[in-house]
Amino acid sequence: MNIILVGLSHKTAPVELRELLVVPNSRMGEALNRLMAHAGIREGMLLQTCNRVEVYAVVDQVEQGFSAIQEFFVDTHFSVSAEQLLPRLYCHAEDRAITHLFRVASSLDSLVVGEPQILRQVKDSFQDALTHNATGVILNKFVKKAISVAKRVRTETRIAENAVSVSYAAVELAKKVFSNLAARTVMLVGAGEMAKLAAQHLVNHGVHEVLLTTRDPMRAADMAARFNGLSIPFEEFRANMHRADIVLCSTGASHYLISPEDVERAVRARWNRPIFLIDVSVPRNIDPDVRQVDNAFLFDIDDLESHIEQNREERMLEATRAECIVKDEVEVILKWLQSLKATPTIVALRKRADALKQAELQKAFGRLGTLTPQQQEAVEGLASGIVNKLLHGPLVALKSAAQSSNGLVYIEAARRFYDLGQSLPGQESVNVQDVQDLEAEDVATDALSPAPAEGTEQERMPRQASGL
Amino acid sequence: MTVAFLQLTLGLYFIGILLSLVYLLRRSEFLAKVALAVTCIGFAIHTVVLAVQVFSGEEVQWVTFHKALSFFSWSLVFVFLLVVLFQRLYVLGAFMLPIAFLSLVSTAILPSETPVLHPMFQAMWVHVTLSMLGTVGFAVAFVAGVVYLMQDRLLKSKQFNVLSFKLPPLDVLDMLNQRSILLGFPFLTMGILTGAMSAQITMGSYVSWNSEQIWALVTWAFYFVVLMGRVTVGWRAKKAAYLTIVGFAGVLLTFLGVVLKGNGSPIS
Repeated sequence: MNIILVGLSHKTAPVELRELLVVPNSRMGEALNRLMAHAGIREGMLLQTCNRVEVYAVVDQVEQGFSAIQEFFVDTHFSVSAEQLLPRLYCHAEDRAITHLFRVASSLDSLVVGEPQILRQVKDSFQDALTHNATGVILNKFVKKAISVAKRVRTETRIAENAVSVSYAAVELAKKVFSNLAARTVMLVGAGEMAKLAAQHLVNHGVHEVLLTTRDPMRAADMAARFNGLSIPFEEFRANMHRADIVLCSTGASHYLISPEDVERAVRARWNRPIFLIDVSVPRNIDPDVRQVDNAFLFDIDDLESHIEQNREERMLEATRAECIVKDEVEVILKWLQSLKATPTIVALRKRADALKQAELQKAFGRLGTLTPQQQEAVEGLASGIVNKLLHGPLVALKSAAQSSNGLVYIEAARRFYDLGQSLPGQESVNVQDVQDLEAEDVATDALSPAPAEGTEQERMPRQASGL
Repeated sequence: MTVAFLQLTLGLYFIGILLSLVYLLRRSEFLAKVALAVTCIGFAIHTVVLAVQVFSGEEVQWVTFHKALSFFSWSLVFVFLLVVLFQRLYVLGAFMLPIAFLSLVSTAILPSETPVLHPMFQAMWVHVTLSMLGTVGFAVAFVAGVVYLMQDRLLKSKQFNVLSFKLPPLDVLDMLNQRSILLGFPFLTMGILTGAMSAQITMGSYVSWNSEQIWALVTWAFYFVVLMGRVTVGWRAKKAAYLTIVGFAGVLLTFLGVVLKGNGSPIS
């Protein structure tokens, strides 16, 4: 049982290649079935976003799994040749694969570190895999852990706190002047993309009224519909500027459209209430001398860029803290995976003990002749009691030792002591039911047993073992 | 006893100020909570001290300049706590608490002779309390003005640092400025009226044209103009910030007038 990952991302492949590999939602089921049909793949999940296409899988043999998934990728799109694709794919196994998904979900591997969409995408991919029955015990636990790690990173670090896009930076700066955008009016001069995006952000933050002006009446009507705004003839926008708290300027004009005098007039008409101007056009449309006007705050594209540059640096600092969280959590999941290795041995040991008990009981009943039901029960109870008490120590030791580094030694020893046959590494199959039973049992014993006695015993065992 | 408690209060306010200043320059919200907790404890002790001073018999004692300053300091901290409660403006602690602290320290530094008061002046405490409440309003407006100018300058010079991150938005500061003057002004007006009345009772004339009275009237007229200017010709934002800073200088001069006049001599 190994967790592996094969995929490509914005770091290894251009968008032209990535977009070819994306499986449309309607064909997700078919794709997952095709993936699972490869020999040796026990569980699988396909994660695809605009920046990455990755397959996570639980496989018997790492190398075999790598080639199976590579094959799967090559088959996904006929126009992509293996020579084109294979050098772009990265293959990770075990802790590196786990770390990778944790980092991806926490948005540490994103183009824009800290962007919030990725977690949603991981959840969706997981949901897809769940609906198509492609996941099992290990992937379920692993991906859910990744989601919880991402949430932990989000709450414990400030990785997603500040704006890192130009359009959002405009909103952040506007909030330094106006605490509450809800009662504010924004004026959009021109129909540039960036200004529209910023206007959209402002509207999302509850801006009360949108005034629009552009030279092209068709576009004006278009935008008025989009923002539910009021269109103003281009010739009159300067005279109406005092109505706006925030002016967003983005036109194709090659000269200054707004002069310091215009702004001064607007500020006077506003009775000195501050006015916030953003110029995202290149070449600039607002005269930089507007800066000298009292109560007018002008920011151009470079100012916004430098603002987000600082935010980005801060995110990088936070990212290093996030990496520590990821590292801790990888340890946790590795331990859990390690403990799974003991599961088949524990189950086999139980079965063997049960079989021995039944055989001996049959023999005894044959010799004893007819017994009353009470007597029969007593004999059965005796046998079960001895077996359970004898097994308790080894089972507890196996479970706890499996999480330590010398877990395999214990498993091997148990197999030899109890003659359970050889286990081939990587070949043990983990049965969903077994794992669930054992975990439920752990919870039950934890709850029922008098904690100190059990605890000390459990702790002592592995220590003695390492001493040996 | 009260002296020891006052010193304890001073110590706690001082720690609160230090924490608030560090909070201003660090991106941790935790410090604000600690600073607030320390200030609250200091405020509680201060409240007890004031209550003991006021209600422990000699009511005449209330009117001393020391106690007025102590009351001013107490009210300012009280307003700060209200501002934190309603607006979450922890940041203002770094500006308001030092003023409260300094006025409380000055009660320890100023010569401690109590001006002897004629029993008839007992109504003076009304005058002093009202004037002090007015002063608190102007002090808050002053702080709002200073912080406004800081934020204005940071935004204009495009310095997106921790400080600009911490300082409140401009409109919040302008609103705080306006409201505190609006609250302070009626108190000052009533303070001046009660002062004039007590002067009439004791000396037979409403106005004696000493430095305190002149500055009080100048201050009153100034804030009246500031308020009118805001309503009629739009003296708000940066202009209002400058004006309130100048106005507070007038208030301080009035205080100075009281000290120079009241030092050692009977209040008259």
